[in-house]
Amino acid sequence: MDPKFKYKISKIPGAEKIMLCFQCGTCTADCPIARFSDTYRPRKLMRMTQLGMKDRVLSSDVIWLCSACFTCVDHCPQGVDVASVLRALRNLAVKEGFMPVVFRELASNISKTGYAYRIPELRLKKRADKGLPPLPKANLEDISKLFNLTDFSKALEKEKK
Amino acid sequence: MSELKYLLFLGCVIPYRISSYEISARKVFEKLDVELVEMPEFNCCGLPLDPVSHDVMLTLAARNLCLAEQQNLNIMALCPGCAGTLRKVNKALQEDKKLKELVNGYLKEIGMEFRGGTIKVKHLIQVLAEDVGFERIKEAVQKPLTGLKVAEHNGCHVLRPTKYIGFDDPENPVILKKLIELTGAQCLDYMYETDCCGAPIIGVNDEIPLHLAGEKLRNVKAVDAQALITVCPFCHMMFDLNQPRIERVLSETFGVPVLHYTQLLGLAMGFSSDELALEQLRVDASKILKFN
Repeated sequence: MDPKFKYKISKIPGAEKIMLCFQCGTCTADCPIARFSDTYRPRKLMRMTQLGMKDRVLSSDVIWLCSACFTCVDHCPQGVDVASVLRALRNLAVKEGFMPVVFRELASNISKTGYAYRIPELRLKKRADKGLPPLPKANLEDISKLFNLTDFSKALEKEKK
Repeated sequence: MSELKYLLFLGCVIPYRISSYEISARKVFEKLDVELVEMPEFNCCGLPLDPVSHDVMLTLAARNLCLAEQQNLNIMALCPGCAGTLRKVNKALQEDKKLKELVNGYLKEIGMEFRGGTIKVKHLIQVLAEDVGFERIKEAVQKPLTGLKVAEHNGCHVLRPTKYIGFDDPENPVILKKLIELTGAQCLDYMYETDCCGAPIIGVNDEIPLHLAGEKLRNVKAVDAQALITVCPFCHMMFDLNQPRIERVLSETFGVPVLHYTQLLGLAMGFSSDELALEQLRVDASKILKFN
């Protein structure tokens, strides 16, 4: 347990109002993911964060199930940006070495091509055949610098947990 | 000379899998006399990496905003994910001085600076509704799709979060419906219309999105809509490309054709199904053509 955890979270942009959650459950009730999951409950994650259950929250698979539809953000009567709190939790989990493999792939694609997906040569050729202009190129040097400056490169090197 | 001009932000999903959206959008905007300028260079808007690093998302988005500021052009994004992200970062950096300082600190190292307040970011349907206008679209419709009944799926980031997007009513969105009705087609209501398609968590968990999108397809079919109309390449991928997989997992048949709004509008404007790349759709949409 880390009783100061909520203060740390509340300093992260978007997550400032975590302390205002009074557990009404609107976020869970309106969450389309929660309707199809037995485990994903944003209200519970807000409470666990307030209580300081840091290790359990950050190592949980469940925090990765938010689809960022922002329904909870629009509906929270306390103005808590629930989706941003969850994003803050996932960002911290990454620093602890927890990151679903799909994000490693996306990050690797972006650093190698600028695009989140590897676009096969054949598809580039098809673009030309269809009369579409060539895709804009990425500045890979800039992307690599930004990955380093934001310490994201370090997070990617962390051993997988 | 066209009076409307935008920097076209294609994003990643469209060139990767959904070029039918790009092909039909280019056709429609040419007809509406809107000039689209290619991005001088490009990187992902940053949204896919927001869950793992907010700072990376902010800097990737801001870098694109800087490119638009350099060109002094407003951005039109076809993908709501890109539009929402760029719009949100454009606003957040202007409102939050500390955040702007942080991001500009990073950007300085690559010789860029976000100024803020000089350019706007809009999603395609926002451009159609606010800048092109319903009247001009109506005038361009030459072959109305009378008798066709469809349903719409907006895509979350066109509407939410309200504090950053501020477009239409997220609880009861009507603008895409109005745009659809300009084509002569009727747009029906269905259960859970504004719910997410689930696509963003594919890769982390496939089970939930397949059931979520399946429920939406079931509800669309229940009101006898003959097609589902989307304005997001990611949602489109979920409903169209993944439809056979959803049918397998749920042991149900839907057979709901999923068209980009620009394909529907293009048909009503008189473009052929070839010109609008309808053959690229996974679920056969040929039965739609009889209304044309």
